[in-house]
Amino acid sequence: MTHRSHLALGGAMFGAALAFTVAADAAPLLDQGKLLLTGGVTNVEGAAGGGIATWATITGYGTNDGIGGNVHATYADVRDYRLTDYGAAVGLYNRVELSYARQDFDTRSVGPKLGLPQGYTFSQDVYGAKLRVIGDLVYDQDSLLPQISVGLQHKEESDKLHVIRSHAFGIRSASGTDYYVAATKLFLDQSLLVNATVRYTKANQGGLLGFGGPKSNDYKPQFEGSVGYLLSKKLVVGAEYRTKPDNVGLKENDWYDLYAAYALNKHVSVTLAYANLGDIATFKNQDGVYLSLQAGF
Amino acid sequence: MKLSRHMAPLLLATLVAVSAPVCAQTVPAPAPDTTASASNAGATPLAGDAVYKAFHGEEGIQRIMDDFIVRITTDPRIKDRFANANLARLKLLLVQQVSYLIGGPQTYTGRDMKTTHEGMGLQNGDFNALAEDLQLSMDKEGVPFRAQNKLLAKLAPMEHQIVPR
Ligand code: HEM
Repeated sequence: MTHRSHLALGGAMFGAALAFTVAADAAPLLDQGKLLLTGGVTNVEGAAGGGIATWATITGYGTNDGIGGNVHATYADVRDYRLTDYGAAVGLYNRVELSYARQDFDTRSVGPKLGLPQGYTFSQDVYGAKLRVIGDLVYDQDSLLPQISVGLQHKEESDKLHVIRSHAFGIRSASGTDYYVAATKLFLDQSLLVNATVRYTKANQGGLLGFGGPKSNDYKPQFEGSVGYLLSKKLVVGAEYRTKPDNVGLKENDWYDLYAAYALNKHVSVTLAYANLGDIATFKNQDGVYLSLQAGF
Repeated sequence: MKLSRHMAPLLLATLVAVSAPVCAQTVPAPAPDTTASASNAGATPLAGDAVYKAFHGEEGIQRIMDDFIVRITTDPRIKDRFANANLARLKLLLVQQVSYLIGGPQTYTGRDMKTTHEGMGLQNGDFNALAEDLQLSMDKEGVPFRAQNKLLAKLAPMEHQIVPR
């Protein structure tokens, strides 16, 4: 697909969600009936989760009988790079989640040192689908069963220099699909949320640097773990960890973050984090601030 | 019908004395059965009385339920559900149920959650709306968030009984 059609798709999803809003008076399909923050927030790949991890939660405030959607814009400013990210997601009947995110990864002044133009930006479109298989995050407080979802994220780089760059680093593909199983458990009596996700992926730096490389071109299971402590109905603070494969041989590091997600109400939430993305393409210690705004209906 | 804080004890005393519903628009419902099993409360009680204390004991729970009854009968999302309810009985039983579940001295004498809500056609959104109203009533009483969650963790699984699949 072309870049334009990607954007068109994101726009269409947003449009569809807006159409639901307009129809909301007739039938309360956009019921906004889920409890605050129990859908998670939108993460860096456009899926419901935390900041860098994908959770089993279904996005938005639709109940089991309703629909909810949101748009997001995210900005992460680390030492040598800058990531901007925007997109849209809908949750259907607390069962299915469809998401789109556009990631732009600005290499700023690092570009020329990597043989790229100054300020060269890698871009990627991420299309996500998630299905809640079993368990309910909120209601299953009398058992240890978590909410479990399966999902996939199809990622396509729209990078003009892909061929050249691939040659230099031996990257195998500009697109790829991640598959994951996510389990999220809310221990309400402890005000504690725990998530564990296993992702099968070939992605380098989440796909921003393509898929596969000279060291490996196989799917490998990677782990995403999150904890969150509920300080109030509106505020959760926590930490996340995400492992990554090293297909290219550039010593790709794991990611981690410390985050706070605050829901002003069911329409607006903000996620602020300290993110540490490790070394990226030989540039050390890429840590900095992550800020994400989400507006829903 | 709105119960004022002063009227409530009077009404409850009457209720207990005549063992009959006091609301004008009462729907036939069995009077609380003092021999009923507390297992109808829908969950096992918390150990210890720390959470009961955090709710300010019996009086705190009474105040929470006074406020809660007003909220659920005015909340546009769910108020119609209570149009024919016996609110005095409902309040009495909710006080019992909450007291019992959070380690207080009361026992619950009402019907079980499945039987009670059967045929009401309740939806997931009704349940959450009621939970949000309860949170606001607990906030108003100044119950710490962590203690609130101890009760909510007991109530949450009742969704499976109350909302038909
Ligand atoms: C955890 C959630 C809930 C709990 C703990 C709960 C508890 C109770 C209790 C203890 C009673 C009285 C039982 C009896 O008469 O023997 C009752 C009755 C009732 N509840 Fe619930 N309930 C819950 C959820 C809901 C929801 C979501 C609705 C609707 C929005 C609802 C509507 C009613 C109505 C209409 C009655 C009957 C009142 C009457 O017939 O006089 N309940 N509930």
